[in-house]
Amino acid sequence: MKPPVPFVWKRLLTITCLLFCLLLPALFLGLCAGSSGIQFMAVYDALTGSGNTDSILHDIVWRIRFPRVMLALLVGSTLSLGGLVFQALLRNPLAEPYILGISGGSAIGAIIGILAGLSRFPGVSLAAFAGSISTLLVILFVTSGQSMIKKDILLLSGVMVNAFCSAVIMFLVSITQDARLHSIIFWLMGDLSMSETGQVWILLLMLFPCFILLFLLSHSMNLLLLGREIAQTTGINIKGVTLALLITTSFMVSATVSYCGLIGFVGLVVPHFLRLLLGPDHRILVPACVLGGGAYLVLCDMMARVLPEQGEMPVGIITAMVGAPLFIYLLKRSKSR
Amino acid sequence: MTAVDIQHITHFYGNRPVLDDISLSIRTGTFFTILGPNGSGKTTLMKTISGIENPQTGLVKIMGRPLQNYTRKNLAKTIAFLPQTIPVDFQFTVTELILMGRAPHQGILGLEDQNDLKIADEAMKFVGVEHLAERRLDRLSGGERQRIYIAKALCQEPRIILLDEPTASLDLAHQIHIMDLMERLKTEKGVTVVMVSHDVNLAAMYAECLLLLKEGKIVKTGSPNDVLTKHTLEKTYDCTLFIDKNPLGDFPRVALVPNKFKDKQEKDLG
Repeated sequence: MKPPVPFVWKRLLTITCLLFCLLLPALFLGLCAGSSGIQFMAVYDALTGSGNTDSILHDIVWRIRFPRVMLALLVGSTLSLGGLVFQALLRNPLAEPYILGISGGSAIGAIIGILAGLSRFPGVSLAAFAGSISTLLVILFVTSGQSMIKKDILLLSGVMVNAFCSAVIMFLVSITQDARLHSIIFWLMGDLSMSETGQVWILLLMLFPCFILLFLLSHSMNLLLLGREIAQTTGINIKGVTLALLITTSFMVSATVSYCGLIGFVGLVVPHFLRLLLGPDHRILVPACVLGGGAYLVLCDMMARVLPEQGEMPVGIITAMVGAPLFIYLLKRSKSR
Repeated sequence: MTAVDIQHITHFYGNRPVLDDISLSIRTGTFFTILGPNGSGKTTLMKTISGIENPQTGLVKIMGRPLQNYTRKNLAKTIAFLPQTIPVDFQFTVTELILMGRAPHQGILGLEDQNDLKIADEAMKFVGVEHLAERRLDRLSGGERQRIYIAKALCQEPRIILLDEPTASLDLAHQIHIMDLMERLKTEKGVTVVMVSHDVNLAAMYAECLLLLKEGKIVKTGSPNDVLTKHTLEKTYDCTLFIDKNPLGDFPRVALVPNKFKDKQEKDLG
């Protein structure tokens, strides 16, 4: 007789441990990297407080790099999870976390905030959050009732809302000519530089319950893949699960987008990559996306800080430059099999 | 004991009635087949029995209890449903998919215990796919997939199994295999089998009771010999048929008559 430990738990523990072991070096690397290159020993001393600690470096590591790395971790986790959920929900491999117009809505909010001269936090963040939540409400209203379950209606209304928002964004950008244009563009490309420890804790408090909830819904997501009819006759409350997934994911993505702008490709590449690696079981993929997506964005952000000679580049450039070719490679490989 | 009892259900899509005042009862442990032309409401009737569609009027009782009184999980433990189109484009293994049928018996995360594994194993053996256990679903043939979905349905340990045209796209051997499986399910496990079919001959050979639908109304219900008469079938399907007694037993055999043979048939057989 084998011990009554479910098979899934064992796999889950193994994979979580493995990914955690990958995440830790990524976090350390993220803390080590800065405008002055990568310093391993000095940062190690600053972290442990041992040896002759450089007090300036100590401050840089703890007050600037630590919140930034944590923010990258949280945003990477959220965007990967968002992609995973929407790919399952819409049964469309090209779905990404911004698919319901969250990106467009929050961008309009943020741009209006920037144009109104609000401070970065909480002003612009709140404006962006309000923008994305309002697009979510519009989408839910448009697709309310019976049709909400039909995936194509959700997909199409999302695409349309996004298209409309893009037009508004272009309009706002074209009438802006002063220095504010730069901060708008930076926001649109994704920017992790404006992080403070306090804000990161607030974000963690908002996101962690969502992570747990999505994990609890992970087996329902597996069943959703079997199609509406089979899922329902296997005991799944389709409407309830769909709505819970939609609202939770949109809320998470809205919260992160309002902090750091639009970071593309994380939500598209990471879930597909992990699915090819670990199989289609969402009970494994949800925790894997949290850890793997976090590690991916931490590393991308590190490159965004180290690669340029001076200053830094928006992390969205790196995620797309690394992600797009990787994605095409995976697509080609999975087709030829 | 009646497994399914339907009283005066009516279902509209827009203004068009798809089911028009349907009443029927299906006895426990029988093989029941629903026949009818395309668009006659067969699939909608199946979805109404399985609780996917709610009828606008009327009452559906499952094992003597109104459908609304079931929780989703309890209904899934009573009825398993196999729709016409089954999804195939994902990478679950056969075992993983079959285990999903245990969901109504499990907690929210679907963590399987030894009992679940045992039941999945038995289901796999019952439909004869144990050699495929570790294979991926998207690499199997249509007939194998159909059997695997039946095994998944069996994992729910249902009292009633509903199948919407399970043999539609299968070759001859797979068709008879699926039908034999359903017959064994009925005789060995006492499961009530309800099936939508286009194949009149298979229905005649396996079903104890037939229901003939046309435009949302019941044309006739009863034993194959009662329902599958030349007059009733030709009127319902609007085509010329040739019907004789099947040499295998006491049930009719139906053949289509192409246009070029119509004169011959009238001359030879009256």
